[in-house]
Amino acid sequence: MTLAAAAATAAHATATTAADPQGFLSPTGVEIAFLLVGLVTLGAAVVTVTTRQLVHAALWLVVALGGLAVEYLLLTAEFIAWVQVLIYVGSVVVLLLFGLMLTRAPIGRSPDADSGNRWVALGVAVTAAAALVWVVVDAFRTTWIDLDGAPAGSTEVTGASLFQHWVLPFEALSVLLLAALVGAIVLSRKAKTEAGADAEAERAAATAPGAPRSGATRRETEGTR
Amino acid sequence: MHLAYPAVLSALLFCTGLYGVLARRNAILVLMSVELMLNAVNLNLVAFDVWLSRAAEETLHSGQALALFTIAIAAAEIGIGLAIVLAVYRNRGTSDIDKLRDTAEGHEPDGPESDVSGSGASAPRTATEKAEATA
Repeated sequence: MTLAAAAATAAHATATTAADPQGFLSPTGVEIAFLLVGLVTLGAAVVTVTTRQLVHAALWLVVALGGLAVEYLLLTAEFIAWVQVLIYVGSVVVLLLFGLMLTRAPIGRSPDADSGNRWVALGVAVTAAAALVWVVVDAFRTTWIDLDGAPAGSTEVTGASLFQHWVLPFEALSVLLLAALVGAIVLSRKAKTEAGADAEAERAAATAPGAPRSGATRRETEGTR
Repeated sequence: MHLAYPAVLSALLFCTGLYGVLARRNAILVLMSVELMLNAVNLNLVAFDVWLSRAAEETLHSGQALALFTIAIAAAEIGIGLAIVLAVYRNRGTSDIDKLRDTAEGHEPDGPESDVSGSGASAPRTATEKAEATA
C-alpha cells in the first residue's frame, strides 16, 4: 500500500511537474519559516505545561499563542492572526494572570504543580500524538497548500463571508458572549455579597466574647479582595 | 506549503494540551492547557480553509469563520471558568482540583487537609461552610 501510494505520488509529481514543482526535500522559504516558528511554539507549549512556576506558565503561554499568530500570518490568514493577538495575547492571558493572583498562586517554584498521575498522562499524550501524527502524515502526504496569489484570509474576504453566509451563527454567538458576560458578573457579584455577609457575620462573632475564631484565615484572604 | 506541516504541528500542540489537562493540579493551569488545545484546533481550521479555498470552488470560508467562532467561545469559556475557579477558591481556600473530591464515591477522608468541608472538620467551620453553601 505504501509502495502504491509512493508510485501514485511519483506519477502525480511527474504529471504536474511542469505546473507546480514541489518536493519533500526542497522546502520553500515559507515552509522553513513555518517549521522554525512551529518549533518555538511547540517548545513554549511544552514549557507551559511542564514548568513548576505558575506565573512563568502564563508567560510562556504568551509565546505559544504569539507563535500561533505568526503561523496564521504565514498561512495568509491575516484577520485571524490579529484577532488572535488581540483576544488571546491581549485579554485571555491577562485574565489568567489575574486568576493566578486572585487565587494566591505561589510566586516561586511550587512542588505540587503536577499531580500524581503525571506518567499516565504522559503515556496517553505520547500515544495520542503518535497516532495523530501517523494518521495525518499518511493522509496528507500528497497535498500542498497554494499560498500564492491573493491572501485567503484578508479582512475583506473574511468579513464578506462572515456577514453573507454566517450572519445567523454570528448573532447567536454575540448572544452567547452576552450571556457569558452576564454569567461571569453574576458569579462574581454573588460571591462578593456573600463575602460581605460572611465578613459581617465574622465581625459580629468576633465582637462576642469567646467566639470561635476558626474562619480567621478565610477572612484574611477575603480582606485582600 | 505542504499541508502536513500545520497538521502535524496542530496534532502535537493538541497532545501537549492533553498532557497539561491530565497532569496539572492547579485549576488555572488546566484552563491554560484547554486554551492550548483550542488553539491547536484553530490552526487546523485555518490551514484546511486556506487549502480548500484554492482547491475547491465554493467553500464559504467556513474554516476561518469557525476559527473566529472558536476564539469567541474560548474567550467566553475562560471568563466563566475563571469565575468558577474563583468561587471555588473562595469557598474552599484552594484551587487544587485533586482536593475537590466531594462527589467521589467510596472516598474516605484521608487527612485533615483533604476534606475541608466534610464531616471531619470542626463544628464552627462546618457551620460556616453550611451557611456559605446555602447563602
